[in-house]
Amino acid sequence: MSEQPNKPEFPGEVHDLPGGGVVLSKIDDLINWARSNSLWPLTFATSCCGIEMMSTASAKYDFSRFGFEVARATPRQADVIIIAGTIVNKMAPVLKRLYDQMGDPKYVIAMGACAISGGPFFYNTYSVVKGADHVIPVDVYVAGCPPRPEALLHALISLQEKIKMGMTREQIKEKD
Amino acid sequence: MLPEELKNKLTEILPSAIFEEGANASSGWLTVNIEPTELLAFAGKLRNDPSLHFNYLFCLTCIDWKTHLTMVYHFDSTEFRHVLVVKAKLDRTKPEIESVSDIWRTAEFHEREVYEMFGVNFLNHPDLRLLILPDGWEGKNPMRKDFEDAVNMIKL
Repeated sequence: MSEQPNKPEFPGEVHDLPGGGVVLSKIDDLINWARSNSLWPLTFATSCCGIEMMSTASAKYDFSRFGFEVARATPRQADVIIIAGTIVNKMAPVLKRLYDQMGDPKYVIAMGACAISGGPFFYNTYSVVKGADHVIPVDVYVAGCPPRPEALLHALISLQEKIKMGMTREQIKEKD
Repeated sequence: MLPEELKNKLTEILPSAIFEEGANASSGWLTVNIEPTELLAFAGKLRNDPSLHFNYLFCLTCIDWKTHLTMVYHFDSTEFRHVLVVKAKLDRTKPEIESVSDIWRTAEFHEREVYEMFGVNFLNHPDLRLLILPDGWEGKNPMRKDFEDAVNMIKL
């Protein structure tokens, strides 16, 4: 990542030469940079977090500014799934299937208390999955019940940084 | 019809009806307690009497009081806009009540839900089977207060 001021966040160095310039970079970094700036989320909401997610998508917060251009209604065209809401035992196989249908590389954000741990439905319920990570692997967790749009935006930007680092979930876990 | 008029009319139809007063009638709606065996005949009159005309069953549910179950029916008349709540006490070990799905078609689904959640047996229901719960939940009744599930439930 370039440290020069007033330069776009581009992975590589720009060498000015007479009559033009040369960019030096690594293809992996370039791919990760491109990927992280074009993450299309899947339209997937199971509870009130979905309302906050819609708010984040709409004009006031507008996650398109950061490359989450449009929400796609099919997993085939989506890069990231934002689990916005409670996952119940009956929904779990559907979530797994949607995740499996997404093309690689794919990323997962667990939005809100329900998606993290079952939240308010942790105790004394027969139907709620105690955390979406029992079903599919999660990249970023957002606390809140529901989280504000700013929190979701922060999570989305954290995911971009994670992708730019170029490591997989497993590699990051080992590093810690 | 005003609540007082409604009360007189219902007493005429079913003299054994007990009206809830004071704190019990906290919903603000006229509430009447009946015997489960009286339900079908009473419900038919509620719908068909021209001065009552309760043509809309907007809520059908059940409550587990640990000692007994209570069926709760909320009726509305789209013509007169008066509301009536009917309650019937059921035996918890063998809960049985007549289905009202012949009178209000919507009850068919609601009764299936009460059947799966509380295990109430609706007599003469056309299609009494699980509504929302997946296969294998027959007879488990998760909304009963004493329901236990060692696999899916974490007790507080």
